[in-house]
Amino acid sequence: MKTMRATHAVDSAVVVDRLVKIYRNRKQPAVDDLSFSVRPGEVFGLLGPNGAGKSTTLGIMTTRVAPTSGRVLVQGVDVVADPAAAHRVFAVVPQRNNLDRSLTIRQNLVFHAGYHGMGRAERNRLADQSLEWVGLGDRGKARADELSGGQAQRLMIARALMHRPQVLFLDEPATGLDPQARLFIHDRVAELSRNGVTVVITTHDMDEAAKLCDRVGIIDRGRLLALDSPKALTQSLSGSGTLTVSLRTSEATADPSGFGPVGGDDELVGVVRALGKISAVERVEVVEPGTEEAGDDHSADTEPREGASDAERSAGRGRLRIYTAGQPAAALPAVVGALTELHCDIEDVSLGGLSLEDVFIELTGRELR
Amino acid sequence: MSATTSPPIPLAPVGGVRTGGSAARTFLFVLWRDIFVTGRELIPFLAQVLVEPVFILFVFGKVLGTLGYTAHGFQQVLLPGVVALSSFLVALQNTAFPLIVDFSWTKEIEDRLLSPIPLALVAVEKVVFGAIRGLIGAAVMIPIGFLLLDNVSWPTSSILPLTAVLTLGSVAGATVGLTIGTLTEPRHINIIIAVILTPVMFTGATQFPWFGLSHVRWFQVICTLNPLTYVSEAMRAILLPPGQLRSIPLGIDITALVVSCVLFGLIGIRGFRKQALD
Repeated sequence: MKTMRATHAVDSAVVVDRLVKIYRNRKQPAVDDLSFSVRPGEVFGLLGPNGAGKSTTLGIMTTRVAPTSGRVLVQGVDVVADPAAAHRVFAVVPQRNNLDRSLTIRQNLVFHAGYHGMGRAERNRLADQSLEWVGLGDRGKARADELSGGQAQRLMIARALMHRPQVLFLDEPATGLDPQARLFIHDRVAELSRNGVTVVITTHDMDEAAKLCDRVGIIDRGRLLALDSPKALTQSLSGSGTLTVSLRTSEATADPSGFGPVGGDDELVGVVRALGKISAVERVEVVEPGTEEAGDDHSADTEPREGASDAERSAGRGRLRIYTAGQPAAALPAVVGALTELHCDIEDVSLGGLSLEDVFIELTGRELR
Repeated sequence: MSATTSPPIPLAPVGGVRTGGSAARTFLFVLWRDIFVTGRELIPFLAQVLVEPVFILFVFGKVLGTLGYTAHGFQQVLLPGVVALSSFLVALQNTAFPLIVDFSWTKEIEDRLLSPIPLALVAVEKVVFGAIRGLIGAAVMIPIGFLLLDNVSWPTSSILPLTAVLTLGSVAGATVGLTIGTLTEPRHINIIIAVILTPVMFTGATQFPWFGLSHVRWFQVICTLNPLTYVSEAMRAILLPPGQLRSIPLGIDITALVVSCVLFGLIGIRGFRKQALD
């Protein structure tokens, strides 16, 4: 027997050890020698672009995907060797609605508790309590297919908690939800964490990760690129602020039809070089569009991603992120001056501190998506 | 939204996490879920179970007999076959089709896949539940058969062996259903009905005794490969006096059915595992 049931407190709630997953008919591994661990009681975020391997990793951690090699321990239980025991200590809230449509909302909770061996009185009491907690106390008798997306998500969280898991996995918990539902779920996750439940979420939403997570692991192409608290990650970047500038280069403005042979890319490279010479500017990056699209499932893993829109480039449009040494506002006049000299039309400028997004782009944004 | 009132978090205090019940308890609760849901859709279920065999009985047993196209005594051959067909086919369909739908569209089964029992037991539950439906399908056909046909009589002493054979037949049908349900692409569901179900229905010795096929040797060989044949023949071996009709001996029937259950059960569980795991 390779596994043991954890009867005492474990050092790590989740241990991912040299995990590899190679899907059949794919050359690139979806998960490529991934190792990290999650501390008990923390909210841990797996952050990455679409197809980075986060859903596959979550699938392996929750026994729905068989790893090619490596192992995962959840509360000390090896999920591959003993999935049945692992199912007692974790719960998962999937991205897709998988509620039992043949049952009512309340029955979804009661039956889940029943599968986990809970007695009748206890499962009824807990079902009512859980429905209250996710704000569905008055909907218990409705059928599961009558729920909106946000309500279904809340019900799936309530269902997951019915067997009192020590680790809760949430796959893209707030994707596609309205701001209220999103906020509600964020509040509930924070409350769970305060009550000692370890929470692991996957997301490609930087703000969500920065707000919710104690620590964030950034993965791309199945590999871990960085792992730390959102604050430490942003502090690791050089510079202290950013200027984000949307602009049109001179040639594009000279040829508004957009059909001319405009070297938008070359033009942008020139602009980047010129801006780099300003003393208050540490470095300049071209922001690639399309790094924040919604939707991520493991079928999309390892597939080539769409590059920056060609139409957008040839129109001479671009977005630059300028990392400044001091306050971004101090660098603004020089930047505007330089851009005017290069005959660029400035469409938008925003000033900001460094965010998780900057870390993300620093780590994953150099290639075409 | 009740976010403002903030009800208490529905969690047990630290250390109060129970280890849960046994695997048997979980298995029974997963089974109970299916029975509970069936209870809510009893009428559609009975309609699905009854229509096909009732028509077979009526047309082959009653209409053709009345028109003089079938010989006297055919009803005695037909009813055991149709009851066997009911057990096998109802179990097969009620295992295969819900699985195809579940794995490809609704994903409803995921919550049970994450219950604290081995994956194989969830597959076994599907077989047990399919077999229960098959048994019900067979049980309701017996009184209907007696009402519909005039010249049939079954000895009451046969009730125990009959139950045993029909149970085995239902399990055999359900294991074939598990295999079909987990190995079929959902977009092929229509083809399955035409290409698999129809031949299974007509090569299972339900409307004719297997030994009667000695003149159509190739067809007899095909029927040998259909597990349903052994359910039909076992039924007749129990119900019809040996002098009246020759049937495949009960011992051979039961052996063949057990082999079929094990074979398709293993293939089906393998397929189930493949569907459940990426």
